[in-house]
Amino acid sequence: MREVYWPLILVAILAFGFGIGTIVISKLVGPKRPDPSKLSPYECGVEPVGDARKPFFIHYYMIALLFLVFDIEVIFLYPWALKFKEMGSFAFWEMAVFIVIFLGIFLYAYVKGVLEWE
Amino acid sequence: MDVLMSDILTALIRIIVVFALALLTVAYLTYLERKVIGHMQVRMGPMRVGPHGLLQPIADGLKLFFKEDIVPTEGYRLTFYFAPILCLVCALILFAVIPFDAKFMISRLNIGLLYILSIASVGVMGIILAGWSSGSKYSLLGGLRSAAQIFSYEIFLGFSLMGPLMIAGSLDLVKIVEAQSVPFIVYQPVAFVIYLIAALGEINRVPFDLPEAESELVAGFHTEYSGMKFAYFFLAEYANMIIVSAIATIVFLAGWKGPILPGWMWFLIKMFIFIYFFIWVRATFPRYRYDQFMRIGWKIMLPLVLANIFVTGVVILFIGGY
Repeated sequence: MREVYWPLILVAILAFGFGIGTIVISKLVGPKRPDPSKLSPYECGVEPVGDARKPFFIHYYMIALLFLVFDIEVIFLYPWALKFKEMGSFAFWEMAVFIVIFLGIFLYAYVKGVLEWE
Repeated sequence: MDVLMSDILTALIRIIVVFALALLTVAYLTYLERKVIGHMQVRMGPMRVGPHGLLQPIADGLKLFFKEDIVPTEGYRLTFYFAPILCLVCALILFAVIPFDAKFMISRLNIGLLYILSIASVGVMGIILAGWSSGSKYSLLGGLRSAAQIFSYEIFLGFSLMGPLMIAGSLDLVKIVEAQSVPFIVYQPVAFVIYLIAALGEINRVPFDLPEAESELVAGFHTEYSGMKFAYFFLAEYANMIIVSAIATIVFLAGWKGPILPGWMWFLIKMFIFIYFFIWVRATFPRYRYDQFMRIGWKIMLPLVLANIFVTGVVILFIGGY
């Protein structure tokens, strides 16, 4: 079988079609009995207090930043891993330097306490 | 473009077969999980609908289908509908590159593994969107937790697959299987264990089901969801479980290779071993605390997985023999 990409488009169209279609049909056949207390956000039975979209813990943001750094590392390492056998020791030492730089970033985040959850 | 009508028809039939089987398997996975956990806890599991409760998933599906479609007043309508659809679509289109056999797959990509990792990242967006657009505090917290968790564990997942990649020298899932005269689990035991743990975190299963943590967050990011939209999150979660098991089978257990039985049967047997393992883990372990979970990930698994890549490199370079 040769490499073909166009079936992926068909797959995406069918998947979206299934997803949207089922929700639309379900909406049509289901009952509709709106009620103010049914439509209010769930807060364990008590009256909802205040707005839900509040500022949140900064650590989630830090983790997202770390993710950016390390995901880029993953993306750069994949082509390297593929061609590693052909490129030999040069590629190995070059990537060793690259990983050491990233370990530096990781240690900095570690020391700064990004990875602590208190 | 030399795409023939018959090509399109063959592809269409394959897609429909794979989708139908995937959805059916996902539905019966819920049944399997309830039965297995039931028996592990000395209960019977579902018994009422059909013989031994065999029609239970269909009854559940119909019930969810005929439920009222609710959007909370605080929610943002458009993203509230879009989030579950995105989750489900991302899970479904992952099936497109899984080779169930040497021949049977929807589309063979030379970047198969990269495709899977990237689409899986998009799936996270559905969860963040769901948490944010629900307009409920539990949902927002659940969505954020989920995002941080999946971000972290995706990195380890990506790294743990790198060792086998260095040996196989290809991202094409078919070539990865063909490169395994000995399953890679023998060469890469550390990567295999880290992959399994990262996979548990990635698909939000016990012991890492913190985004859903029933006892603290009341179902997390899908607190406000009901009916078909809720079913989509459920379907996506179980579909991801199948995908993760399939990748483990392909990368570490030599996919469809095996004696006597036909290839697809071997593939399914190996895949269901992993699925059973995930269910078993759920019945065995308590949930981790969030700080423990993050600590295991960043402080133990990340250095370990980098060391694994380094050692693999050294072995290939100076000893050879793969």
